[in-house]
Amino acid sequence: MRVLDVVKAIAQGLATTFRHLPDRVTTQYPDEPVRLERRFRGQHILHVDENGREKCVACFLCAIACPADAIYIEAAEDLRPYPERIGVDIRYARVYDIDYGKCIFCGFCEEACPKDAITMGPNFELAWYTREDMIKHKEDLLITRQRVSPHLEIAP
Amino acid sequence: MGMGVVVEAVVKIVIVFGIVLTCLAYLALFERKLLGWIQLRYGPNRVGPWGLLQPLADLLKFLFKEDVRPTTPNPILFSVAPILSLVPALMTYAVIPFGDRIELFGREITLYITSVNVGLLYLFALSGLGIYGIVLAGWASNSKYSLLGGLRSAAQLISYELTLTLSVVGVLIQVGSLDLVEIVRAQSGTYFGLIPKWHLFWYQPLGFLLFFIAAVAETNRVPFDLPEAETELVAGYHTEYSATKFAMFYVAEYANILAVSALATTLFLGGWNGPGVERLPLLGVFYFAAKTAIFLFIYIWLRATLPRFRYDQLMRFGWKILLPLAFANIVFSAAVAATAG
Repeated sequence: MRVLDVVKAIAQGLATTFRHLPDRVTTQYPDEPVRLERRFRGQHILHVDENGREKCVACFLCAIACPADAIYIEAAEDLRPYPERIGVDIRYARVYDIDYGKCIFCGFCEEACPKDAITMGPNFELAWYTREDMIKHKEDLLITRQRVSPHLEIAP
Repeated sequence: MGMGVVVEAVVKIVIVFGIVLTCLAYLALFERKLLGWIQLRYGPNRVGPWGLLQPLADLLKFLFKEDVRPTTPNPILFSVAPILSLVPALMTYAVIPFGDRIELFGREITLYITSVNVGLLYLFALSGLGIYGIVLAGWASNSKYSLLGGLRSAAQLISYELTLTLSVVGVLIQVGSLDLVEIVRAQSGTYFGLIPKWHLFWYQPLGFLLFFIAAVAETNRVPFDLPEAETELVAGYHTEYSATKFAMFYVAEYANILAVSALATTLFLGGWNGPGVERLPLLGVFYFAAKTAIFLFIYIWLRATLPRFRYDQLMRFGWKILLPLAFANIVFSAAVAATAG
């Protein structure tokens, strides 16, 4: 009875679509926050220690690890004693730029860092109008300066 | 006769046109909403509350878009084709009875624009005319996809037109009139005081099924949407159309859907008939709208569910299954009419 099989199949299909009428999976961004997993790889964060000194020692390991060549660092020395210094060490990154036109968010920089100075943060709102704006400087990336977007929430 | 009749007719035409066009705009929104819900999305909800201003935004977009014309051997036909497909679609509403009659300003006003004794023939003639728009659009576009879409459409419409027309013959035999108002009148009352005397329950369930399937095919809707099969033909006959001309095809498609749903309601679901209509004729309009809305829902539900026919399956289904069934239904109806008087 092929006809009955066909009718049954159509009925099953219609029942399936009808059952899903009240279901929604869309997140109403930006009205609702986007829920991100904790390991989500978004915009980088440059960390500081408990006294606010930058953790980065400008070792260039992240820049070498970067497959997209998106990281540009200029090292410098700050010979003042620890409480007045910029970084945890004498050596620090005077310039730390990440070009988000190049970055592929692989997280290799995070893995390469011996000082846990750079990690991938949750921010995914990375759209700008010019190429110049896509290059983010140390001042934009530091955890003390980065603004947390109201449109995201991190899963526990 | 005289001025009063003319004024009444003009007012009715304007009202029906306004309501129908608004319904068409919101039918497009309803379709997008429903498709969204079935696909676990929200559908349009950014323009106005619940996306209710979306039709307006779409209209403005269509009006302000650039009208791109292909280099075609016949620019006049290219421009006429969308009109040819829209006008017959809108003309069908002239004979569809939305309700019975009401008393207003001391006049008796019928809730339909006109009632002609060849109403059904008129409708089928218009549905035949609508094919011209599609075929000419496909031909005048000077594009392979459009031409194939137009030809497929012609073949499909001619094949299913037969079933569509023959499936209604059963109703004609029972009612003995081509007048749509008469057909609705014949469906008033109930059977055993319980089942309404609609043709769907009154000897014509097969006719109804055939009519509905053929109607879906006639309006080029899923699963019979071969003329505009995206995966193979881009958009079929309206591939080369843009801006207002595209909007006309779009509106014509929805106008046909609404018209065919209204016709199915009229022929098989008792039109305006329902409890309490004898005392309150305006209630009939709501019954009519509700029954039509059920059809529209099923249309969109089908679209969200079923895959498309293959071309040979389409032809086999139309000629070898639907057409013989339609003939069988006529024989059955005639036998019933002969025995029941």
